[in-house]
Amino acid sequence: MSAVAVARRWDERGRLLAGVDHGRVPGFSRAELLAEIEASGLTGRGGAAFPTARKLAAVARASRPVVIANGTEGEPASWKDKVLLAESPHLVIDGVVVAARIVGANNAVLAIGRANRRVLGRLSRALAARSDRIDIHIETVPDRFVAGEESALLHVLEGGPAKPTLKRPYEHGTLVQNVETLANLGLIARYGAGWFRERGTPEEPGTVLVTVLGAVRTPGVVEVDLGTPMRDVIQRVGGLTALPQAFLVGGYFGTWLSAHDVLDLPLTNAALKPLGAALGARTIAVLPQGACGLAESSRVARYLAGESAGQCGPCVFGLPALADALETLDVERLRRLAPQVFGRGACAHPNGATRFVASAVDVFADEIEGHRVGRCTGPAHPPVLPLGASSDWR
Amino acid sequence: MRSLSDPAVWYLMRGSGLVALILFTSVVVLGIATTMRFRPARMPRFVTLGLHRSVSLLAVVFLGIHIATAIADSYAKVGVAQVVVPLPSAKYGLFLGMGALSLDLIAAVVLTSLVRRHLSQRVWKGIHWLAYASWPVAFLHSVGIGTDKASGWFVDTAVACASAIVVAVFWRLLALRRPYPKYLGASS
Amino acid sequence: MKLRVNPILCDGYGHCAELMPEHVELDEWGYPIIRGEAVGRRLEPVARQVVKMCPRLALSLEKSAR
Repeated sequence: MSAVAVARRWDERGRLLAGVDHGRVPGFSRAELLAEIEASGLTGRGGAAFPTARKLAAVARASRPVVIANGTEGEPASWKDKVLLAESPHLVIDGVVVAARIVGANNAVLAIGRANRRVLGRLSRALAARSDRIDIHIETVPDRFVAGEESALLHVLEGGPAKPTLKRPYEHGTLVQNVETLANLGLIARYGAGWFRERGTPEEPGTVLVTVLGAVRTPGVVEVDLGTPMRDVIQRVGGLTALPQAFLVGGYFGTWLSAHDVLDLPLTNAALKPLGAALGARTIAVLPQGACGLAESSRVARYLAGESAGQCGPCVFGLPALADALETLDVERLRRLAPQVFGRGACAHPNGATRFVASAVDVFADEIEGHRVGRCTGPAHPPVLPLGASSDWR
Repeated sequence: MRSLSDPAVWYLMRGSGLVALILFTSVVVLGIATTMRFRPARMPRFVTLGLHRSVSLLAVVFLGIHIATAIADSYAKVGVAQVVVPLPSAKYGLFLGMGALSLDLIAAVVLTSLVRRHLSQRVWKGIHWLAYASWPVAFLHSVGIGTDKASGWFVDTAVACASAIVVAVFWRLLALRRPYPKYLGASS
Repeated sequence: MKLRVNPILCDGYGHCAELMPEHVELDEWGYPIIRGEAVGRRLEPVARQVVKMCPRLALSLEKSAR
């Protein structure tokens, strides 16, 4: 039976989380592999959706390239990477090996957050059971929100704090790729671009891991085709447990959208773009009627302010100011703050925070009016959005 | 060409040394003022930085004269090696060595500042902090070397310089109470 | 030539805005907002001074793209 036919048999159960054994990476040349990745249209699964083939080509030009598998997942509301690493560590490592072959690296690092003991255990055992030609080792990094940012990851692996720098890793011979992207890379090398493109949409091919939390029966990680309608994604996690008020799409750097705008949308960047949203790292939080969107947003805004690396003035001062203004319902101040904060740091942190707060003010405009006259939709509702808790940078 | 035992050389050495001390004191105070975002009376802040840099170069010139005359002067009996290598001497005890040490520290600070573009911020800053060490060493050299202990004007000048430094350093330490890291970033 | 600031090195001294108000404004916390346009020929020497007078060497002059 052909490889693709084998693939199609377990394909029904999903690709990345199907519990499939890893396989020997076929002996294609660098150029052949790169061409296949390009044909597949694979884009980064870490949130930025950058074309993977282009990144690989850029790093392949370096003299001593290194591959870093980014499994840090500093976003508290996202746990797709942890699930992937725990359930299919070999798929990820296969991808690392393929990526290393394409860029010509002899060394690779699997970067995960320090607190993930379970993932660390699974990954260590998987690595010990293999004998790949390249040298792969595991590095744990602080559990900060920005620690997974490419340059921050490079910084901490070079011995510095987990804080972003102005160094772009791919300009310094370092390939930083999300673990989900790498898992897909490994599969494309075995089964081909055509197989990969059988799922998803022509413009956004493939399957993706999505974390769904909030007012759903079984919050968790599911693998769906890109282009799946939001309703179906919700069904996969057991359906709604309450009438939805709003959806947070894209995690804490994402955008709030009213429930009725989102339920029938296909899960693609193309569909979200007109609403000013993007998939990001595909974290979807369902806020039920009966919870207060402003309270949730305030907590997250305060958390994001605390997660600033503290390197750039507009972020250090701007994010607490945004959180303050949100708490005091000072919409005018928020409008004045936004252009002073957005785009004025060294990384995307202030941008994401500004976008998040702006979307909260937009979607929860009625709630703001209510609060002004002393009414709140969900004064006693338990928190829906989780926050992180680390405090060190090294 | 004056002879090496001409008293003018001796007086020039002491005079330029004192001027250097006053100028370096000003440089340290101006450096602290720059960091503290001091705004001189209705003048823009960059003036403080400009003065800090200009005065430091002037101070180096006077330091150069002080060292050259010290070596040239036959009564002072200072060898070239003693100028750069801090060692105790029979004639001056530890105090000539302190002059050499302060010269080494000042040289490190000034030279790294001249090539700052080629250094990382951390390296440049780490060496620049040696300035805080260079001043007390230079001060001890000035008062301990014994050439002007008795003169009233020297003592007054030394006290004035020391007071200025104490006040400036105290002012600088106050800023450490503010939250890290952008504690001085507010446009006050 | 365009004036650009390294936001990590910048510590809000504000010398740049004092020297070149035509191109640099300060936000409410004292950090520079630099206008996107290129510095004209006439102001290039001033721009070079601005780069030198930053206590953190956070500014640089770059060739405008295209």
